Amino acid sequence: MTASRANTIVLAVAVLALAAAPFFAEKFYVQFFAKILIMGILAMSLDLLLGYTGLVSFGHAAFYGAAAYTLALLTPPYQAANFWTSFPLAIGASALLALAIGFFVVRTSGIYFIMVTLAFAQMLYFLFHDTKIAGGNDGIYIDVRPVAKIGEWQPFNLDNFVHIFYLVLVLFVLVYILLRVILASPFGRVLVGIKANEARMRSLGFATFRYKLVAFMIAGAIAGVAGYLSSIQFGVVNPEMMGWHLSGAVMMMVIIGGMGTLTGPIIGAAAWMLLELGFQGLPAVRSSVGEVDLGKHWQLWMGSFIVLASLLLPNGLLGLGAAAVRRMRKARD
Amino acid sequence: MTEVVLSTHALTRHFGGLAAVSAVTLEAKMGELHAVIGPNGAGKSTLINMLSGDLPPSSGTVTINGRDVTGFAAHQISRMGVGRSYQKTNVFLTFSAFENCRLAAQSRHKSSMRFFRPAARLSQVNRAAEDALNAAGLASRADSIASALSHGEQRQLEIAMTLATQPTLLLLDEPLAGMGAEESASMVALLKRLVATHAILLVEHDMDAVFALADRLTVMVNGQVLASGTPAEIRANRVVQEAYLGDGHSEDVHG
Repeated sequence: MTASRANTIVLAVAVLALAAAPFFAEKFYVQFFAKILIMGILAMSLDLLLGYTGLVSFGHAAFYGAAAYTLALLTPPYQAANFWTSFPLAIGASALLALAIGFFVVRTSGIYFIMVTLAFAQMLYFLFHDTKIAGGNDGIYIDVRPVAKIGEWQPFNLDNFVHIFYLVLVLFVLVYILLRVILASPFGRVLVGIKANEARMRSLGFATFRYKLVAFMIAGAIAGVAGYLSSIQFGVVNPEMMGWHLSGAVMMMVIIGGMGTLTGPIIGAAAWMLLELGFQGLPAVRSSVGEVDLGKHWQLWMGSFIVLASLLLPNGLLGLGAAAVRRMRKARD
Repeated sequence: MTEVVLSTHALTRHFGGLAAVSAVTLEAKMGELHAVIGPNGAGKSTLINMLSGDLPPSSGTVTINGRDVTGFAAHQISRMGVGRSYQKTNVFLTFSAFENCRLAAQSRHKSSMRFFRPAARLSQVNRAAEDALNAAGLASRADSIASALSHGEQRQLEIAMTLATQPTLLLLDEPLAGMGAEESASMVALLKRLVATHAILLVEHDMDAVFALADRLTVMVNGQVLASGTPAEIRANRVVQEAYLGDGHSEDVHG
């Protein structure tokens, strides 16, 4: 059994378990699970660049935010946008933006690529932060969520958090399958070759620029799926959705989870969100220096986790699981 | 078969004030092996880098199969039917030997902008990869990860990858580098087989191999062509003997 097939089976079990969540979990947790899945989609899209093509993009939030802003701008005041038009348009906007930015950044490599992707994303962040577009630095509320009517029939209702959860879950599965299919395709093999040895790919006759640009666009479009879902779940769009904090956090999720595995970044996203929630919920304790609110300083614990994970887990959390499986097999033989 | 596949005219490359290669004119013909020899720093690698598109020339022209390809990028040159191997082994170390060749063969598929069909099912590409492994004598190692191959096998894989792109012209940069006697002998045998169906430009330091294989020799010193001719002519050439072949190769020269 190949590693990717084993990962897919484990993931399928997890998805089935999650599908039951709305039957027993409170609204807060159903929405929290949806948030994990949305971050999982975003992390998978970045893994296509980071883990498979070797492009360390530090501006991935730009495409997440672009789709969210597209929905905000397509939503008339106090009225609903149409899901069936706004969803593809939002993804298209992210894809186009990625094509435009990619056209410039994909020419660079290494540290310059990191800098230029960050610079483009920050330019967009400040465009929305410093102007009055869509509420400026406060962002904007999506007053009425998009309506998904086909004629008179409404297959799902986005005002219902359970419906949103299942929409997110279905799209999460579709994105995973799409990326697995792409990675096994001739195109996907070229990307992995570029990561391994781009100069050699060129001398074998591959115009690597084109392939990197298309990968950048696909990753941007999928980040747009995540951004759109986030904006309908929380009903709000703000410049932070494009900020470097988010770009950095997604990169951490991918790396800590295990890049170049697709499943690892999902685990990374889940671990990230669960730890954030756990650390924020820590109590205040009395000590000799007075009362210390451990929950308020959650970023300190998060930082410690990142440092430890980077030092101790060279192949990420998924690598930890794989090593455990190997040890079990060895013990059995 | 005397079809000219590659020709250069006054090919020159400067690095700052240094002329690494100056005014080199040479030809490679179908069915012939043209060896370029010379001491370290003679400009052989710079020459081959210009021919493969890894380095743009400062002046002069490169013609491949009758087409002026001066200044073409590496991937464009490759698509003209040129396969290049590197002095320092340059394979995909984490892939299997088969996948190394499969990816190389895929570059000749109509397009790799295909997103939905598994790459493993491109039967033409698979066959080209298998043929290349067979031709290079690596069929039994197809499933081995490249990094687990011996040095000699990695050199063979390097050649197999270029063959998988179905080239007419092979640019081989020291394929014998670092090989033991036995490995060298099998590589020499491989090159002998390949020359029947390819034009080969070989840069090599191993003089025994060069004189055993070459139909034509070009001797470079300080970026310039010192002499060019058949192996017998080069052996007999006084200037070459003094400048390059020297004492160490006296048996070759007289033998």
